[in-house]
Amino acid sequence: MNEMLLVVMLAGRRAVIPAVVVNSVIELGEVTPVPRTAPHIAGLAALRSRPLTLIDCALSLGLDREPTDCRTCRAVVVEHEGHLYGLMVEAADDIVAALAEPGPLGADPGPGWSRVASARIETAAGALPCLDIAALIAGPEEALAA
Amino acid sequence: MDDLLAEFVAETREMLGALAGEIVAWEANPDDRARLDTIFRFVHTVKGNCGFFDFPQLEALSHAAEDALADVRAGHRRADSRLVDAVLAVIDRIGVMIGEIERGEPLSEATDDVLIAALAGELDGGAISQIGSVRHSPVTPAAEQRTIRLPVDLIDQVMSGVSEMVLARNDLARRMQSLGADTGLEAPFARLSALIAEVRDAITRTRMRRIEGLFSTFPRLVRDLSAELGKQVFVEIENGEVELDREMIELIRDPLLHIIRNAVDHGIEAPAERLAAGKREAGMLTISARQSGNTIHIGIMDDGRGIDVDKLAAKAIAAGTHTPEQIAAMSREEKIDLIYEPGLSTAETVTAISGRGVGMDVVRANIEKFGGTLEIESLPGEGTRFLICVPLTLSILPSLTVEAGGQTFAVPRSYVEEIVSTAGGNLEFAQIGERRYLTFRDRRLACISLGEALRLERNDDPTLFVILRLGWGDLYALEVDRIFDHHELVIKPLSPGIMKSGLFVGCTQLDDGTPVLVLDVAAIGYGAGLPRELHRPSAITAHAAPRAEREGLRVILFRALDGERRAIAMSVVEQVERAGATAVRRPGPDAQIVLGEDILPLAGVPADVELPERITVLRLCEGGERIAYAASEVIDIATLDGVLKRVNGQTHVVGVTLIDGETAELVDCHALFASQAAHTAGHGTLTCRLDGDETWMRNFLGPIIEAAGYRIVDEGPADVAFVEGDIGDKDECEARKAIRLRSAPGPADGPDSIYRYDRAALMAALLRAGQELAA
Repeated sequence: MNEMLLVVMLAGRRAVIPAVVVNSVIELGEVTPVPRTAPHIAGLAALRSRPLTLIDCALSLGLDREPTDCRTCRAVVVEHEGHLYGLMVEAADDIVAALAEPGPLGADPGPGWSRVASARIETAAGALPCLDIAALIAGPEEALAA
Repeated sequence: MDDLLAEFVAETREMLGALAGEIVAWEANPDDRARLDTIFRFVHTVKGNCGFFDFPQLEALSHAAEDALADVRAGHRRADSRLVDAVLAVIDRIGVMIGEIERGEPLSEATDDVLIAALAGELDGGAISQIGSVRHSPVTPAAEQRTIRLPVDLIDQVMSGVSEMVLARNDLARRMQSLGADTGLEAPFARLSALIAEVRDAITRTRMRRIEGLFSTFPRLVRDLSAELGKQVFVEIENGEVELDREMIELIRDPLLHIIRNAVDHGIEAPAERLAAGKREAGMLTISARQSGNTIHIGIMDDGRGIDVDKLAAKAIAAGTHTPEQIAAMSREEKIDLIYEPGLSTAETVTAISGRGVGMDVVRANIEKFGGTLEIESLPGEGTRFLICVPLTLSILPSLTVEAGGQTFAVPRSYVEEIVSTAGGNLEFAQIGERRYLTFRDRRLACISLGEALRLERNDDPTLFVILRLGWGDLYALEVDRIFDHHELVIKPLSPGIMKSGLFVGCTQLDDGTPVLVLDVAAIGYGAGLPRELHRPSAITAHAAPRAEREGLRVILFRALDGERRAIAMSVVEQVERAGATAVRRPGPDAQIVLGEDILPLAGVPADVELPERITVLRLCEGGERIAYAASEVIDIATLDGVLKRVNGQTHVVGVTLIDGETAELVDCHALFASQAAHTAGHGTLTCRLDGDETWMRNFLGPIIEAAGYRIVDEGPADVAFVEGDIGDKDECEARKAIRLRSAPGPADGPDSIYRYDRAALMAALLRAGQELAA
């Protein structure tokens, strides 16, 4: 099975998102911040007439960093439970084919990654972690509460 | 009315269509409870709708079917094949009648009596075949109408397509602007814009309808119901200009009708019962609708007797659904929830109006079917409040856009009471600790900074306030930095991560495509510490505003009629009003005043002073006792912090103190109320005798006569006598003055003849009699 995967750059590391769930990859224009919400929710943008909830993936990893700059990042648009989300990553350029079925992660990939990475996949670009979209959207607080 | 009728026909037809499958399934298995319930709801709904229209045949038929099915539901009767046949025949017959109604023909005379008899189980085998023939009579197809029913999904799709077109047009407009003038595209672009706007309007109209259309039928319904029941009910409708999905309006109509019928029938008491309970004769039914983002809140509130939970609990035990132990462990709220149990009702008699109380399980099932919720709150003796929340996935929300902390937000317009600004210079503020209060129409409203509530920036010198009215009358002032405009916005749901903050109800896009958050103004208000006043919306007045945190007694400073500056504790002052000197009776120490429908003892009137034409009256209230205090003007509100010097020889004054450098006498409230207590204890100078219906006069008239300063005597001569109309004239001579009462309203049949519930006239007559006798 040659599943197509979108390679993204997140917190300086490469990871993949299954291409079937990706609606599009966009550059962001104006972003409306949302007050009093979790830090990894970067704000709202509009994709045509639908609202797009922006997820700052680096903050969602739980990494202690500056918020990602909306003007330089890319947003991977995915639909999750009826809502559109924009996953903000540093780059999203390549599409690669999976060379094997996803396997276990193996050794602990480090803080944050163990929560948002669901599996390890061998691809044409090497072995990469596959991102769990639900975990990215939920963010670090949800994990603490659970 | 034609619209309503067409809707009734369409709705019934739709239900009939949906029912076809259920009927077959029920026929196959008459013990199937779920199918039985569905069919029962159908006839119940048809019967209910008939209350609107004049279709006695249809109503009789559906009522009979409902009765029969209710017996089956309650287990009193088995659904044998004869009953099933009869019910099916009735449903077919309803279909025929609906066809006739639709074509505007008179309803055909058919075998309805036979059907009803069959339902009641009074027919034998012979007649069943006749029913059969009725049942299989072909239903003529209705004449074609110029309307079609479309799936909502399709309209949604068109609607969102139009929204995208608007955005594309705006994008085009921006690009054209950057090209400069004379591109040659202006005229076609203008035409395109106009067309898009037209299509957008049309498509919006296909789904939206003002809830007013539904609500406007309620006053008439309530009027007819209350007349039938011998009750008086005022209806107050507040629609908040809410627009609602056409489909949703159809869905909420039945539940609303049920609740209103129940409120009038079971909630609001008969006039005599209300008077005995110290309420106004006429009940009050408030129906309101408000839009809050994706939810419409519909409230139905009555001031009736409340839900009798004990009776409900007893019924639950009798019906075997709960054990006494389970009931004993329940809270009042849990007991109220028993009202949703099928077949339980506190109504003692089955009436044509709200049936046997099957309502609530049906009502809740219907509301929950489309994702809504129903909440009931009830206080014994004070009334019941129903709150229906229904979701609104696609709606046009009239909104006000505001700015705070550099961001734009939308506020649903249905909450906006008024916008006020300090620019006019006549706003009055109070500062209680960190909380600012704004005086708006004599009410002190807490100010809440939107910037601060959203953890943005707080503007310390706000100039603009949006006065917001939450459900049930809570008001507050939202401080904002700028106010932009009114928009008609299409609201979209937010993702759960954002909804979690609880401060927003949805998001929307401005014309340029920028997303804007829609505020949940209720959550912001209550989140910022606004107290909830759920049950008593009238309780918040300026007088109930929190007192200053400084030590010392808050007083109202006023000038008395004798020219002295006096102060009185603010806590006893209920109201300040103006009254004419003619309302004052017997100026002097025993003075009284007529205020509205009350006669109150009036203090502060010197015996030897000419009364000004109009006086200021402080209404004092403590422990249920009321006294009026006369003044020439109210000067200020102050705090007593100086030393109080005792004075001698002054009645009703505790002492003298300095306020703002001038002396003021502090009124002795204790002495005031003490003298009043002695007064009502029976030292009235005038006597009054009651001739007639002993209980009514004693219980109803007695208190007000005593309050007016009379002493009631059982027999013998009296100063004033109240005589009921039908008692002979002879007895009157034992009183110096007689007031005749009649039991029916209408024109008077003689001098001093007063309808016995015309309170104002009664009061006036008492006062007049007193004046005449004193003269």
